Amino acid sequence: MIAPARLMDAFVEMADTLVDDFDLVDFLHHMTDHTAAISGSSSVGLLLGDEHGRLNFMAATSTGAEHLELYQLQTREGPCVDSVRSGQPVVVTDLHQATHRWPSFAPMAVAAGFGSVHAFPMRLRDRVVGALNVFGVEVAPLDETDVRVIQALADVATISLLQERALAAASTLTQQLQGALSSRILIEQAKGVIAASNDVTLRQAFESLRKYARSHHVLLSDLAARVVDREVNPSEFAS
Amino acid sequence: MGTSNTTTLLRRRALVWESIERQDDDGAPDGLVGRLERLCRGAAEHVGLTGAAVNLMSPTGSDGVVAASDERCKDLVEMQFTTGQGPGPDAFYLRRPVLAPDLAAAEEQRWQGYASMALGAGVRSAFAFPLQIGPTRLGVLDLFGDVPEMPDEEQLAVALTFAQMATEILLDGRLTTAEGDLDPDVGSALSYRVEIYQAQGMLTVWLGVGLPEALVRMRATAFEQGRTLIELAHDIVAGCSLVECEI
Repeated sequence: MIAPARLMDAFVEMADTLVDDFDLVDFLHHMTDHTAAISGSSSVGLLLGDEHGRLNFMAATSTGAEHLELYQLQTREGPCVDSVRSGQPVVVTDLHQATHRWPSFAPMAVAAGFGSVHAFPMRLRDRVVGALNVFGVEVAPLDETDVRVIQALADVATISLLQERALAAASTLTQQLQGALSSRILIEQAKGVIAASNDVTLRQAFESLRKYARSHHVLLSDLAARVVDREVNPSEFAS
Repeated sequence: MGTSNTTTLLRRRALVWESIERQDDDGAPDGLVGRLERLCRGAAEHVGLTGAAVNLMSPTGSDGVVAASDERCKDLVEMQFTTGQGPGPDAFYLRRPVLAPDLAAAEEQRWQGYASMALGAGVRSAFAFPLQIGPTRLGVLDLFGDVPEMPDEEQLAVALTFAQMATEILLDGRLTTAEGDLDPDVGSALSYRVEIYQAQGMLTVWLGVGLPEALVRMRATAFEQGRTLIELAHDIVAGCSLVECEI
């Protein structure tokens, strides 16, 4: 068990993705560090699914754990893979006895010097975003309280991640919207510039703007921006 | 959060859904814009005010009213755009609701220009709620009333729920097409502003000034004449000379 103050800091940190410079990889490394501190294990690894449901290796606290996570991805078997698939925790207190379950993974983990493994799903209701593995050197289960604390931390981190994804999606949509809006505005402003410069109607101004964009193979909105900024002389559009 | 609080939140959201999905009022078109128009009417009704409008905004200013409960509310937002003042812009920049229960009160001198125009149009109170999620901001839900009165706590909570759901509707991904163009409905809803931008472009040539200065000159002229930018821009585009338009 770790000191309550350290534990509280961990929870606060995992709840906060609303920072300007949010970094997913950094966030997940902290997640594995906190889990290592709580469990007392030095080998913690984390796999995360992308939007297509493919699993990716994201973070580990030791080279041994990193290798075992990558090995699970290659062989598509192991505790993390099972936990993501089922959305349930996976507990194997003696890896020597797990060869029938994971023919490739279990001998590999034993050879790497591990005796037990716990996998914690990162899940919110029916959405599983990834899983967290805690590898133990001993053939023994984790302390029951530690298990509950780690699962709680994984739950908080999952909510934070989903929220961060929603915010990133909102931000992308807003940027698209702003782009689309400002293109429209620029085109109207350019029409005004051309009409006033050449004493033609707005319709004629628009036609000459389109003609120029076509013959010079440039986007209408890019051309409009250059007219408005006078990088293209409005007299170029005189009929 | 207790069960009763959750129930209250769900009840408020149900109010908004009921307004949006209402089929009997068929004045509004279908699609995104229609849903927002019904949301505006529902917001006014359930908050106990006379009208509402959804104003799309970016850090550079207002991009236009995408939906309103009625034409007068749209005009009231345009007055904010004309004067560059009002609860709407403040709510957007401050990222919090801005409440003005009595535009005639002495303290509303913060928006002197806007308050006098809005009072002239017969409105007495104005309330603005930012449409935002995390750091992302989309615009403002503006609400207007005809009597100097502050909505009660529950009405304000309902107004916030309407703003939150307007944000959700705007973010459901249909504002822009896959090609990055503006949704045609949204585009045509915002097209009433085109003459402002055209006139702005014309003035940069006639006055030999940049775009921001052209807009400032138009704003000053429109405000002096007690008109909105749209009315002034219409005259400029229709061929009114600088002297005639008094710019």
